[in-house]
Amino acid sequence: MEALNLNVIVFYLAAGLAIAGAFLMVWQKNPVASALYMLLSIVSQAVLYLQLDALFVGAVLIIVYAGAIVTLFLFVIMLLNLRGEDLVNPSAGPKRYVKLIISGVVGAELVYLLVESTGIGTHLTKLDSAIANFGDVKPVAELLYSKYLYGFEITSILLLVAIVGAVILARREPGEN
Amino acid sequence: MIGAEHFLIVSAILFAVGVTGALISRNLIMIFMAVEIMLNAANLAFIAFARIHGDMSGHVIVFLTLTVAAAEAAVGLGLIMTLYRRRGSVDASKFNIMKW
Amino acid sequence: MNTVLPLIVLFPLVGFLINFLLAGKLSRKLVGIIGSGTVLISFLLSIKAFLDLTALPADARIISDTLYNWMAVEGFSVDVSFLLDPLSAIMILVVTGVGFLIHVYSIGYMAHDEGVGRFFAYLNLFMFSMLTLVLASNFLLMFVGWEGVGLCSYLLIGFWFERDSATEAGKKAFVVNRIGDFGFLLGMFIIFWNVGSLDFQTVTALAPSAFAIGGTVITAATLLLFLGATGKSAQIPLYVWLPDAMEGPTPVSALIHAATMVTAGVYMLARSSALFVMAPTTMMVVAVIGAATALFAATIALFQNDIKRVLAYSTVSQLGYMFMACGVAAFGAGVFHLMTHAFFKALLFLGAGSVIHGMSDEQDMRKMGGLKKYMPVTFITMLIATLAISGLPGISGFFSKDEILWQAFSSDLGHPALWFIGMITALLTTFYMFRLIFMTFFGKERMDEKTKSHLHESPKVMTIPLIVLAILSIAGGWIGIPKLFFGATNFFEHWLEPVFAPAQRILHSSEAHHAASTEWGLMAITVTLSLGAFALALRFYLKKPETVTRLRESFPGVHRLLYGKYFIDEIYDRLIIRPLHFFSIFLWKIVDVLLIDGLINGGAFLVGGVSRVMRYAQSGRLTSYVTVFTVGVALITGVMLLLGYSIGN
Repeated sequence: MEALNLNVIVFYLAAGLAIAGAFLMVWQKNPVASALYMLLSIVSQAVLYLQLDALFVGAVLIIVYAGAIVTLFLFVIMLLNLRGEDLVNPSAGPKRYVKLIISGVVGAELVYLLVESTGIGTHLTKLDSAIANFGDVKPVAELLYSKYLYGFEITSILLLVAIVGAVILARREPGEN
Repeated sequence: MIGAEHFLIVSAILFAVGVTGALISRNLIMIFMAVEIMLNAANLAFIAFARIHGDMSGHVIVFLTLTVAAAEAAVGLGLIMTLYRRRGSVDASKFNIMKW
Repeated sequence: MNTVLPLIVLFPLVGFLINFLLAGKLSRKLVGIIGSGTVLISFLLSIKAFLDLTALPADARIISDTLYNWMAVEGFSVDVSFLLDPLSAIMILVVTGVGFLIHVYSIGYMAHDEGVGRFFAYLNLFMFSMLTLVLASNFLLMFVGWEGVGLCSYLLIGFWFERDSATEAGKKAFVVNRIGDFGFLLGMFIIFWNVGSLDFQTVTALAPSAFAIGGTVITAATLLLFLGATGKSAQIPLYVWLPDAMEGPTPVSALIHAATMVTAGVYMLARSSALFVMAPTTMMVVAVIGAATALFAATIALFQNDIKRVLAYSTVSQLGYMFMACGVAAFGAGVFHLMTHAFFKALLFLGAGSVIHGMSDEQDMRKMGGLKKYMPVTFITMLIATLAISGLPGISGFFSKDEILWQAFSSDLGHPALWFIGMITALLTTFYMFRLIFMTFFGKERMDEKTKSHLHESPKVMTIPLIVLAILSIAGGWIGIPKLFFGATNFFEHWLEPVFAPAQRILHSSEAHHAASTEWGLMAITVTLSLGAFALALRFYLKKPETVTRLRESFPGVHRLLYGKYFIDEIYDRLIIRPLHFFSIFLWKIVDVLLIDGLINGGAFLVGGVSRVMRYAQSGRLTSYVTVFTVGVALITGVMLLLGYSIGN
């Protein structure tokens, strides 16, 4: 009964897709395929956000990543039109698996740390005991415009700088073909 | 039975996958995407902790992180474009002018 | 700023800045006018300040003026502020008055010198520092002036820097003074440590409660201050720089090394009299050193042949008198002698300068003689000064010297032995001064023909200051005629009474009841013996010069010892300078070059070597950096997990 809870099924599905998407993304030669797998992973993560009652941020994640960042990646990849040796991922072979082990160790350590310190299995935060309005636009906006106003304003300056920077970088210099 | 704590473990695994990507890729665009994955793993942890503690500050931080990620993507891809125009490649192993 | 005090100090500084910054751009005449004019303004302002002070009631004669707070930290605050009381009033009048006359004289004396602009700039800077010294209201500001006059002294001794001997003398003066300044600083620290203030009035008021009378602390503090005074005022053991300082131009010798700067030590003792009287041991040391210096320097002066050196040793000797007076708590008498000495010794030096000027820069008295008829004004004024320093009754030096001798005999802290030494010194003084007069102005003309043809009396700009100083040398003492003579109160001492009242309260001194007949008797002895010394000088150097030669042959050892100035310079050289020199060479060759440079160069070499190996880690490849970084993260996290760290709880 409990095991067939809809929440559980959705969690395992979304988590599996997010991890699998991410893994296929990095284990890939072709950047276009990579970007599409990344899209899969991001959308699955958005589902996880929804499960955590983060409605607003989940929506923003889809809009910003799927709508903007992944598209930007695809644009650049297609603009560069990579082929031939650029597509070969040369750290193939045994070297690749050594590196997999290194990152595996980091991941294992992180998981161990989390399991140890949050006490999974003893006192879980149940997902069905939602707080009213948690993660809605209004409460997030209230925080953003009061407590975190300073950071918010700084971020706007950062965006401005990034725009200027991107324009300067992408501009062709005179005499360049 | 699933709790918010399980999402933390998902975030940890995602992070490790991102690290794998940064380690094995030689294509700068791929490395960049792997970094984005690590960033998202951290975001997921923020959301999970916000749910655990019932505090929406985590949501705000994620919101700000997404903004930063967008800015970073714009500048980072601009850099890669410039680099490709100058050197005709996006292979990280070909850039070693900082070698002793 | 609501009094004239800052202006008194400021004007010489303005003169310095003009002459220093526009050096070489102004005409000689203008340089002299600016140099003397600014000091004249200071003198006039000093008179005004003095009159302001006299207008106040006797027990409230203090004018103070704080310019600004110089530095203030927790529990320590020093102002740049000036204090005018009867003591500093006398000092500024003497400093600016005598200073002005010497500035005017310098216009004539330095008329043909290349660096006249630089000369007047330094003189004005000196006036500025000296006035800061005497007008300062706290030890620290006084120390600023103290260092300032030391610097100017160094600059002016070495004024003719193309002469090796002048630069050497300047360095010597500077280094010897450093030893004294070190003592001054330490003494100042001890005072601040115990009293919590450096302000003169506060220190004087709090001293009786802050220190135990005769205690170690106060004794140490005052002895250190006295060490500072021995450096600046050329007392044993630090007197060696003053005779060499005669390498400077003669007006400098008159102003700095006779009339003003060298008396700074006496002024400082008088200023901190309330501290000194609390340490009887120090007072005894001061009196003994003063008396010893007086006698010692006088004996050296007996056989010197350089006219300025005779006067230099005479200055050291007279300063010894002043310290002896301070040592027996007769601060008033000491300051009185300081003033009269400023008049007649400045006059003597300026007269000697006039002689040197006329003699085409010849300083050796053996090549002079018979100058009386060539330089009448110089002769008469110098004779007056000689009479004053010898203590001819009725002239300034007599009153001040007699006052000191009487105090040395009768004061609670005095002793007949001190009086005896002072008396012997007095007759030695008479002897060597008249020897100087006779050798210079009387007898055979021993100079060569060329010099003789150039002999001339100095111009008016030089003789007028001589005449003014001669008048002061006669009349200057009349303001301090002892009670003994006319029954009237000693005006000078009465004027200074409020300054030394705190010291007198600590001493509980009762008016000593010595019979007037004793005082008359002692005075008669001194005068009679001085007359005898005069007669002896007359016989040796005018009537029968051959007796000197005979005496010299009879006592060759004594003559060599005195002529060689007791070989003190040589002893210092062997005992202190050479060992220090060798030690310095050791520090340079072994410690600095071998050890320190070796360590530093070795360190650099090591770093270079290690870097040569380490740089291979810099592959320049992004992927390898990321890999190393990740391995590092994995290792550190792993170690921390093994050690039991965790997040949260």
